[in-house]
Amino acid sequence: MASDANQPLVTLEGVRKRYGAGTPREVEALRAVDLRVGAGEFAAIIGPSGSGKSTLLNLLGLLDRPTDGVLRLNGVDPNALRERERTKFRGRTIGFVFQFHHLLPAFTAVENVLMPSWIERGRVDDARTERALSLLERVGLGGKARQPATDLSGGEQQRVAIARALLLQPPLLLADEPTGNLDTQSADRIFALFRSFNRELGTTVLVVTHDPRLAARCDRVIELVDGRIVDDRRRPA
Amino acid sequence: MPFSLFVALRFLREGRLQTVLILAGVAVGVGVIVFVSALIAGLQTSLIDRTLGSQAHVVVEPPEELPRPLREGVAQGGAAVNARVEKSLQRTESIRAWQQVRDVIARDPDVVAVSPVAAGAAFAQAGRASRAVALRGIEPDAFDRVVHLRGDLVAGTLDVTGRQVVIGVELARELGLSLGDKMRLSTSEVGGEVMTVAGIFDLGNRDLNERWALVSLREAQNLLDMPGAVTSLEVRIDEIFAAREVAARLAGATGLEARSWMETNAELLIALRSQSSSTMLIRIFVVMAVALGIASVLVVSVVQRSKQIGILKAMGASTGEVTRVFLVQGGLVGLAGSVLGVALGAVLAVVFVRVARTSTGEPLFPVALTPGLVARTALLATITGIVSAIAPARRAAALDPAAAIHGE
Repeated sequence: MASDANQPLVTLEGVRKRYGAGTPREVEALRAVDLRVGAGEFAAIIGPSGSGKSTLLNLLGLLDRPTDGVLRLNGVDPNALRERERTKFRGRTIGFVFQFHHLLPAFTAVENVLMPSWIERGRVDDARTERALSLLERVGLGGKARQPATDLSGGEQQRVAIARALLLQPPLLLADEPTGNLDTQSADRIFALFRSFNRELGTTVLVVTHDPRLAARCDRVIELVDGRIVDDRRRPA
Repeated sequence: MPFSLFVALRFLREGRLQTVLILAGVAVGVGVIVFVSALIAGLQTSLIDRTLGSQAHVVVEPPEELPRPLREGVAQGGAAVNARVEKSLQRTESIRAWQQVRDVIARDPDVVAVSPVAAGAAFAQAGRASRAVALRGIEPDAFDRVVHLRGDLVAGTLDVTGRQVVIGVELARELGLSLGDKMRLSTSEVGGEVMTVAGIFDLGNRDLNERWALVSLREAQNLLDMPGAVTSLEVRIDEIFAAREVAARLAGATGLEARSWMETNAELLIALRSQSSSTMLIRIFVVMAVALGIASVLVVSVVQRSKQIGILKAMGASTGEVTRVFLVQGGLVGLAGSVLGVALGAVLAVVFVRVARTSTGEPLFPVALTPGLVARTALLATITGIVSAIAPARRAAALDPAAAIHGE
């Protein structure tokens, strides 16, 4: 799925997002954002609250549509797809990790990891199950695969969510304050996992965070203020 | 297992108390429907059996003689004629070529049995006691196929050969007769004959037990002075509620008059219909209550799970798949609840049959709990479950994943 370096994985050209258009409370959350993220990058998106970070992430995650401008993922304009195709495209292309893990409490850890496969194909085969178990192993939860999600600690649940996000090997992993809810030790562990998946699988990782300590550990930091990119710096390799 | 079934089952298992309550609601509703339907069906069958047990479903007779005024309308010259029109007092017409008529009737696909009857008024005497009776000349085998008399004999046999008569228990008591006793049957047409009591029946109908005197066709023809003729052909059909249509068809085919039990028992028919419509009303209201219950529990479940639904959609679950998760929950609840409800209804029915007994300890009437009723009710409950889940399912499917995830 990895695109070559000439074709970025994520392209935003003149993307705007307005809320409440035509009302007195109209807000322009994003103003003409241009952004390119190549395959295999590991980038942080930072900025104060209200700067448009979450809006940007929602647009990238296809949870929302831009008011203006072009967004391409993997060379595709997903917003031109029909709703069902767009949903399926999202499932294949993007893995999500949220601040609150959002595991389904009615299912075990491994069932949660397998959920994208159930959704994609309506079934689970041995290869997928094996992959789910090895991902859980990889995030250090091999022994807890059959436990109900609700029996795990917050950090453990977040690690299950990462395994779930990576089951279908999406080229893009979007994380929204993934460590916002965790102690420093768990946060470090989560971050280390992102880093290793980025290196081993070539997964592009975009992390929204306001933790400068974590941002500093990313290869690239994109800073948003008032809906504009005000800084975009790469750490020297 | 399909995704929607897999998730629906887990959601139901997770919301334990909700699931138990909703199942109990469906079970009570289905139980009431099953019990009431079985009760009413049993009651109706029993009513119909009691009424039609001793009655032909269709009776084919000669047309009633129409009373005709001798002069009609306004006489010439403008003078009004006041013509008083009276019905002829007694039916005297009989069917002479009844064998042909019988064959025509028997050819109708709905007809199960035909029996010729020569009926008329007579007097029964034994010693000094005498009673007016309805003399009925029959062919025992054919007659038994139409009204199933043999099962109602309390003594003797349905043997009317020669000078033998079969009477009801009331008549036997009033005339002080028992098996083998002699009685005299006389008519205004011919004198009378001395007959031997060969059988006594109890049709569960006081009037018939008091009035009927069954003799052979030939004997009745002699006593009523109608050699070779009968007064009616009595018909049994297989689908009793088709009696009106069959009667119309037989009237057309024979050129005679045909009356169905539905005309002669109009009140019974009205009673049956009102019972059926009240059962239907009960069913509709119970189904509505169950549907509202399922819908409200599922709406709560959608609200509680909005974040989970959001993440499912973010992971690529389509609107259709999310909808199906909730429709399947509704269907499962309806189906499982109906299994419990059928059991509950069956228990109620058994208890009812035990408790509601006549003074002699006989059950009042059977409760008709048929596989068809069970299957129909289960289907109804399942469909109700699915239909009630439509609104909650649409609500779930319409959730905006971004808003649901960020808890807005």
